Amino acid sequence: MNFVLKKVGLLLLTLWAAITLNFLLPRLMPGSPADAAIAKLAQSGPVSASVQAAIKAQLGVPTGNIWEQYVSYLGNLAHFDFGVSFTFFPQSVSSLISAALPWTIVLVGVVTIVSFVCGTLLGVLAAWKRGTWLDTLPTVGGAFVSGFPYFWTALLLLFFLGYVAGLFPRSGAYGATVTPNFSIEFFGDALYHSILPALTILITSLGGWVLGMRNNMINTLGEDYVTFAEANGLKPKTVALRYAARNALLPNLTAFGLALGAVVGGSLLVERVFNYPGLGYLLYNAVTNQDYPLMQALFLMITVSVLLANFIVDILYGALDPRTRR
Amino acid sequence: MTDTTIKKTFASRRGTAPLLMLGRAFAALWSSGKARIGLVILGLFVLVAIFAPLLAPYSATDNSFTRGDSGSPAHLLGTTGAGEDVLSQLLYGTRISLFVGIAAGTLATLVAVLVGLSWGYARTLVGDVINFVVNLFLVIPALPLMIVIAAYLHDGGIGMIVLVVVITGWATGARVLRSQTQTLRSRDFVTAAVFSGESSARVVFREILPNMTSLIAGSFLASAVGAILGEAGLEFLGLGDVNTVSWGTMLFWAQNSNAMLTGQWVLLFAPGLCIALLAASLALINFGVDGLSNPRLREGATR
Repeated sequence: MNFVLKKVGLLLLTLWAAITLNFLLPRLMPGSPADAAIAKLAQSGPVSASVQAAIKAQLGVPTGNIWEQYVSYLGNLAHFDFGVSFTFFPQSVSSLISAALPWTIVLVGVVTIVSFVCGTLLGVLAAWKRGTWLDTLPTVGGAFVSGFPYFWTALLLLFFLGYVAGLFPRSGAYGATVTPNFSIEFFGDALYHSILPALTILITSLGGWVLGMRNNMINTLGEDYVTFAEANGLKPKTVALRYAARNALLPNLTAFGLALGAVVGGSLLVERVFNYPGLGYLLYNAVTNQDYPLMQALFLMITVSVLLANFIVDILYGALDPRTRR
Repeated sequence: MTDTTIKKTFASRRGTAPLLMLGRAFAALWSSGKARIGLVILGLFVLVAIFAPLLAPYSATDNSFTRGDSGSPAHLLGTTGAGEDVLSQLLYGTRISLFVGIAAGTLATLVAVLVGLSWGYARTLVGDVINFVVNLFLVIPALPLMIVIAAYLHDGGIGMIVLVVVITGWATGARVLRSQTQTLRSRDFVTAAVFSGESSARVVFREILPNMTSLIAGSFLASAVGAILGEAGLEFLGLGDVNTVSWGTMLFWAQNSNAMLTGQWVLLFAPGLCIALLAASLALINFGVDGLSNPRLREGATR
């Protein structure tokens, strides 16, 4: 219990730090969003003082000293009030995010777990059959594929399977003919649209898990207790899975928590390629339209999601390894 | 042996040791098949980057050619939607990716070494604070942070991208180097150095640092890969200077000029393949480096 409390404390501290970083980030940067918008307008002609004032009012140039700003920022956050989006005016930032969030969470969550499980199993196999093609193929292939930029894999799949072969839909999360509701038809269509983005994330993230697990497994296979288990005449399968793989899994689980950020980052680019209506596509729209309230809120949401996922992994780790609970 | 000869042998060893070590490390890397492939691919990219003006048939920014040519004797890989030669752009683009990889990788590793070593060696309260900051940077997703910083520093060029990659990429290396420092800290040779009255800085940089060369090399390679992929991602989103010729901006223009609809798959395929090959070469070299620091991972080693 003490362990869980400690982790919860750490989570709250990290959440506070992330929230504060999100507050400080725009204030540390040279210039303000309003300056940028005015500079953009000034390229096409002189900007009058009244227009400048209007832009500043619309972009919400902060008033008061930094502590007052911080307090009002925290207050708004407590009400999930992130302001109004410039791009999708007059929709509020929180309504846009709550519409986009499920798409990303389901897509990235499901695919990441599938990829972790498959990659770990392949890694165990590669280490156990070291030196054979079962080892070389996944390791060299994994090293090569994990260097693929996410968006490039996405572009290739989109081009060859979407445009040339015409097997899968090219953009969006569901077709124009179905309406989002709890029908089988809608779920089928959504699944069909998610295949290409899911495949992209699977292909690019699988290699990392294979390599990590293989290296851990090789280290564990060198331990004395594995040799002892073999000398005892246990079945190779028992030695591999119950003695070596079980212990090799722990560092890979830590790596899972840390790599999650990279997977989420990569999936943002994937969403951009497939126009998939999740957080990444929204972030892309926010950035290209200099929609600062939306951008800041999205960054916070993505960070908080990754923090929470890491917290879950930490708790899971504690359940698997009694030593960490001390 | 007299005192002077001992001093001399030590002096000469100090002088030649780094070169010898480098040579030995290279030989050890070369002996691993995977690392050898990586070194050859990386070498080719370095040569292309240096001799790009000699190899490229045209200037990378010359847009006076037929637009959207999908491959002809004059333009082997075709031309872009704006009428530039794809092959020339690809060759010149090598420079940007290599530069960003080396510059951002070096800077991030430098920060990682400084933070990791002092953090691992000192046993003070500051350590807890650094621990928290590093863990924060480890869990904050790097790409979204990069995108947001780049969006605030709008219209920045390569320098901005290097800066952003360094800010988001130093933490992993710092953590790895810190745990190694912590294990080395309690070894006998470090205790001996401390008792002989060496300053902390000297103990850290002359006694501990040389023992983790392979870890530092590994962390450099990993940050370089991260930098190259991060740079390409930012440029693909149009967050860099879209007028520089790099593999990322080539993909940005390819997507924005609807290369998919016109069927110019080379425009999509070639720059990404180069990014993937460069990243893979560094990852393959890292296999060899892993083998240097962990004999169990060496090729041919049996369990």
